[in-house]
Amino acid sequence: MARGNGSKDVVIEVRDVVVGFGDHVVLDHVDLDVYRGEILGFVGGSGAGKSVLMRSIIGLLPMRSGRIKVLGVDMTAASDSARRAIERRWGVLFQQGALFSSLTVRENLQFPVREYLNLSPRLLDELVIAKLDMVGLDASVCEKFPSELSGGMTKRVALARALALDPEIVFLDEPTSGLDPIGAGEFDNLIATLQRTLGLTVFMVTHDLDSLHTVCDRIAVLADGKVIAAGAMEVMLASKHPWLQAYFHGKRSRASHAERT
Amino acid sequence: MSDTLLEGKAQGGQLKLAGAGAWTAQNARALEALIDGETARAGKLRQVDIDMKQVERLDTFGAWLLERLVRSFSARGCQTNVTGLKEDDRALYDELHAVKPDQASPHGNGQALSYALASVGQSIASVGQSFISFVNMLGALVMVILRVAKRPHTFRFTSLVHQLDNVAWRAVPIILLITFLIGCIIAQQGLFHFRKFGADIYVVDMVGILVLRELGVLIVAIMVAGRSGSAYTAELGSMKMREEIDALRTMGFDPIEVLVLPRIVALVIGVPVLTFLGSMAALYGGGLVCWLYGGIDPDIFLSRLKEAITLDHFKVGLIKAPFMALIVGVVACVEGLAVKGSAESLGMQTTASVVESIFLVIVLDGLFAIFFASIGM
Repeated sequence: MARGNGSKDVVIEVRDVVVGFGDHVVLDHVDLDVYRGEILGFVGGSGAGKSVLMRSIIGLLPMRSGRIKVLGVDMTAASDSARRAIERRWGVLFQQGALFSSLTVRENLQFPVREYLNLSPRLLDELVIAKLDMVGLDASVCEKFPSELSGGMTKRVALARALALDPEIVFLDEPTSGLDPIGAGEFDNLIATLQRTLGLTVFMVTHDLDSLHTVCDRIAVLADGKVIAAGAMEVMLASKHPWLQAYFHGKRSRASHAERT
Repeated sequence: MSDTLLEGKAQGGQLKLAGAGAWTAQNARALEALIDGETARAGKLRQVDIDMKQVERLDTFGAWLLERLVRSFSARGCQTNVTGLKEDDRALYDELHAVKPDQASPHGNGQALSYALASVGQSIASVGQSFISFVNMLGALVMVILRVAKRPHTFRFTSLVHQLDNVAWRAVPIILLITFLIGCIIAQQGLFHFRKFGADIYVVDMVGILVLRELGVLIVAIMVAGRSGSAYTAELGSMKMREEIDALRTMGFDPIEVLVLPRIVALVIGVPVLTFLGSMAALYGGGLVCWLYGGIDPDIFLSRLKEAITLDHFKVGLIKAPFMALIVGVVACVEGLAVKGSAESLGMQTTASVVESIFLVIVLDGLFAIFFASIGM
């Protein structure tokens, strides 16, 4: 999986970020870099604050201190219009899909495009079919409502919506959770394919060891409120940190690793 | 800038197109117009060459428009070549090239008449549907009551008390206030008009009979439909949306028994009590206005009231109350359980629940009026 990220262009730069709720400090001076064109897997124990960091980056949670730069813009200091311009350049796949339940699939996909771009109805319709095709669905789901979709279809439609504006960065919150292993594997391949064809940078919060092995270029690990390690799979496997040992050398991990070697 | 996006030169049967600039979402509208212009080019074409060397950026929007260009020329039987795509862009273009040709399902325009007729038909059918589900729920309720009567310890008293607190006890202040005001208003209007022909004292008859027979119970039922019926629908509806009701079912519980029965029983107990309280508040308001505005002393008001009304009037009001409660409760629960997955459906069912139950309460009131008149009450 050779992708030309030799230049190491930093797309997301997280520095010294502190996030907490009441007395509970979830993220304690976290630093993290995400490079252009890579798929970063972000792991950590349940409740360690993986989703919290993701939500801080996309501006849904306020930080106590620290700085987050996305595509070169300091999100903490940026004006509203600058923020909005950056927000158009990323797409987010929420864990439950977060499709608008009162809109059909077609309307869900067209919603962001319609808001930001002035396109003809014909082009809008054609693009919906093209995007659905890219995520592996056919046009028959167009008129369905989100409540009529299966779990895997919901994820795919949500991914298509996240890609609706051709973003540069895609945030995925546990994309394969709730999918069967075959579906999860297909979804992983889909993400890898789309990453290649669209040149995306992918920030993926995940627990799925298979995803980490197959699609992630780099892995960042969050524990005790800090990023304790970041690097390729080999680095993780070689690490002596007890949490990493438990995570990557546990029974489930060995099984997942064995399949591949 | 838009006019440099695509340029074409025709030579005999051959067309050379050259793309340039940024083929991205921002320029998609201009680009679409150019592409449709090229496609509409007159004359016989045998070969089309599209050179994309000058294109700086290509995203899904641009790639799709390129694909549309290629498809429309191919459909006219032209030999179409795309050259000069960068490697990354080629992958994206190939992805879009694989999209199955035009399968866009038509979505409703140009069939306004049939759409109008269909929606009339659907709404008539839905009236029938909701009647059936109302009767269904009533039947299920009777079954559950019979089952619970056999084993009274299975009845959920905790839930009943909780619901009574919500729908009866907490409703008392607002019900008292509203019925009090209604009593005041009726007395004032009556005094104002009756005074013209010196019939002031008959205001007491009017207030007494109207409040006890009709207004007390109607106002309370309508208030309860708006206050508690809507809450029932929203509660049950969101439980349905989050599969909580399915979860109950799989654990071997009957949702009707666990959720619906305590709610409806709470209404059937609560509404008569509220009706009684409301009627008293309305009479009190009427008496107060008669005294302060009409100059009728409370003593005279009370003795006139005693002559004007009989126990029958009071009974008529209270007999109706539990039936109204039943209608409000059943409609609210039916609508709540009919909620589908979306937030919009929850809103629609809640509206439907309130509108339907108020409508049915008034219809029932009319039926009762006929019934009581014929038995001479």
